[in-house]
Amino acid sequence: MIGRVLRGYGTLMGIGLLILFFWVNLPETFMTARNWLNISQQVSMLTVVAVAMTVVMVMGDFDLSVGSMASLAGVVAAVLFVNGYSVPAGVAAALMVGLVGGLVNGVLVSLVGILPFVATLATLTMYSGLAFVLSGGKTIFGRDIPAGFAGFAKGGLGLWQGDGKPLVVPALTLTALAVVFLVWLVLEQTTYGRRLYAIGGNSEAARLAGVRVTWLRLTAFGFTGLGAAGAGLMYAARVASANPVQGSGLMLSAIAAVFLGMTMAEDGQPRVLATLAGVLVLGVMDNGLTQMQVDSYVREVLVGAIILLAVSISALGRRVVGGR
Amino acid sequence: MPQLSLTGLVKAYGAARALNGASLDLRGGEVHALMGENGAGKSTLIKVLAGLVRPDCGQITAGGAPVRLGSPAEAAGLGLRFLHQELQVMPGLSVAENMQIARAFPRRFGLVDWRALRAGAAAALARLGVSHIDPAMPISRLGPGDQMLVRIAATLVEGGAAPWLYVMDEPTAALSGAEAARLFAVIAQLKAAGAGVLYVSHRMEEVLALADRITVLRDGATVASHLRGQADQARIIEGMTGRRFAALYPPKTAGIVVAATGAEVLRVEGLAAGNLHQLDLAVQAGEVVGIAGLAGSGRNAALKALIGALPRRGRVDIGGRPLARNPAGAWAQGMAYVPRERRSEGVMVLRAVAETVCLPHLRGVFVRRGPQRKLVQEKAADVALKARGPGQPVGQLSGGNQQKVLFARAVAGKPRVLLLDEPTRGVDVGARVDIYGLIRNLAASGVAVVIASSDLAELIGLCDRIAVLNAGHMTGILPTAGLTEAGLLQACYGVPAP
Repeated sequence: MIGRVLRGYGTLMGIGLLILFFWVNLPETFMTARNWLNISQQVSMLTVVAVAMTVVMVMGDFDLSVGSMASLAGVVAAVLFVNGYSVPAGVAAALMVGLVGGLVNGVLVSLVGILPFVATLATLTMYSGLAFVLSGGKTIFGRDIPAGFAGFAKGGLGLWQGDGKPLVVPALTLTALAVVFLVWLVLEQTTYGRRLYAIGGNSEAARLAGVRVTWLRLTAFGFTGLGAAGAGLMYAARVASANPVQGSGLMLSAIAAVFLGMTMAEDGQPRVLATLAGVLVLGVMDNGLTQMQVDSYVREVLVGAIILLAVSISALGRRVVGGR
Repeated sequence: MPQLSLTGLVKAYGAARALNGASLDLRGGEVHALMGENGAGKSTLIKVLAGLVRPDCGQITAGGAPVRLGSPAEAAGLGLRFLHQELQVMPGLSVAENMQIARAFPRRFGLVDWRALRAGAAAALARLGVSHIDPAMPISRLGPGDQMLVRIAATLVEGGAAPWLYVMDEPTAALSGAEAARLFAVIAQLKAAGAGVLYVSHRMEEVLALADRITVLRDGATVASHLRGQADQARIIEGMTGRRFAALYPPKTAGIVVAATGAEVLRVEGLAAGNLHQLDLAVQAGEVVGIAGLAGSGRNAALKALIGALPRRGRVDIGGRPLARNPAGAWAQGMAYVPRERRSEGVMVLRAVAETVCLPHLRGVFVRRGPQRKLVQEKAADVALKARGPGQPVGQLSGGNQQKVLFARAVAGKPRVLLLDEPTRGVDVGARVDIYGLIRNLAASGVAVVIASSDLAELIGLCDRIAVLNAGHMTGILPTAGLTEAGLLQACYGVPAP
């Protein structure tokens, strides 16, 4: 009984406790609409990468190259801007690079048959190297980045007047929500998504039941690459610059978010909305600890410990339920 | 003679009683069969013997004195050894290493003494009368039957506590006829040496041939214990199910159906794939055709090739048109397939019943959950599935019910050809009768059915004709009218039928 409760709601209760903790310690600033909108913008890139990662993790696969793909996409767009291309052209090219890079991962994993861990570790290095080559190892910023591109991240949807200043839902937040909805739709409501879950359940059984496993795995990696590139563009727009390492932190956080989400599902499988909750845990912690002026190195230790705690509780809960 | 008695065992899990007064009387020099449907309490009883489950109440005595079976070590100390259905071998290691992994390897100068290790293994194998297995060979190169023999031999390596009782849980489930015959010879040898065997199997013919004593469990209680010759098949089935079956196999209807439809649905010419070299087959609507053969004869490769899971050569037509060469295409053309290995090839243990049933039949872009649910409920009723509902994960069902889910999945798309690989492996008698009836009903509705099975009685009872494979070549196709098991087995061995 306790086990089942912990398994189903442990992570949610953890989020609740976390929020309560920061609310008590930061009574002035934490539990405000402005701060929450701020958090939503801070986690928007991670959200996009994490839900894109969920697509391949549903099949039991991994994509380690998402971080360097995000960097590469930002650099590709910036380099095109430097060379006088328009914003739509740069964005389209960067997304195309993400799609192709993802499909390359897919080909390696499904057609060639390399373990996802190994294949995407290799492409991680390659995409990162390409980003350095294209940018010459430098950060592209300032006048080279068109205002129309960086301006997108500054925009948003105006809400009510709070304390005199208008509250704005950031465009990046809205973008992330749109991506979440899209991936939710694909995974939960389409035959494509249900087949991905079947592959994750037992890929040989799925193949024998008439699922085109090779093709689906290949395309799913394409989705993830596309998502990573999108997140890279969002990042570049937000900081109005692009450099070849700016996305590298995203990969581990995205995997952590999916794992945190998996602790919420009864069957321990990745779900989009659960991943979103995982992202929220990471975002809230980052925001709260920063406001409490906790040293950033200590912050990393704490974040790692929280992830371990959540996954351990879930594993122990499973054992309580399983071993009657 | 050593002896072990379990009486009045009760074990409750919450409100459900897995054991409810079960008793078992085991003696050396005797093959004791334990029979019961899935869920009758066989597994729990074996777990009690293994020291893995402590009964809530009941007595356990050895030679009249009470004993404890509180842990696997205590069970081993009493001389019990267990051979489980799913073989646990370490594929990277040699036969000799696998046999002695649980004890200290012989050593020389602090290093493994390979020669002594192999000699010990060879001696143990020889004690079973097994001479064709080289102890130095990697165990992964052996078939499941030889792996079973290795595991029995492992209990005979000198230096351990001498076992006197072997508990074998479905030992022949993965074995071919020849391998099973070898196992039976070994069992006879163990028995002659004074050891006892507790033999758990769903295969009635085997049990009747082997057992000196048959204990029947139903709903956690012992309903009967027969001595050899005291009970026949019908009486045992009645004990297990509590109901009477007119017959295990349904009447054959192909003559009528084929006469009515007369259409050839499946045509196979010169099929070759894996260890199958030559198969020619024409199956008409309403016909049930079996494929018989020893393990390695290409029996299972045939079905995998037909569904497109193995690359194949030769010509296969379905309804007069060439069949696709991958599973997705084959399903789309009206092939349906129930694979042999339920856990590794059939079910996704975490996915729901509904998702499993609908997987091959998903069409369009969006999932339509309403119609899906309706279809699943309909098909679940057709196969008499016992599940909480369409949302229950398949892994929570019993083996027989998992098999029924795969059946429901195969028939949900209204197939033209149904391919069944070992359709009743590990399925209890009650569910078996359901499945046999279902196969016949499907045939009667015009489906062409192809069944590969190692259970010869099942093939004869169920099929209209049986194609016989020997070393990858089809040697003949026999009508089942008047065919005996002995005759079919001879044909499988390549001996011309008398």
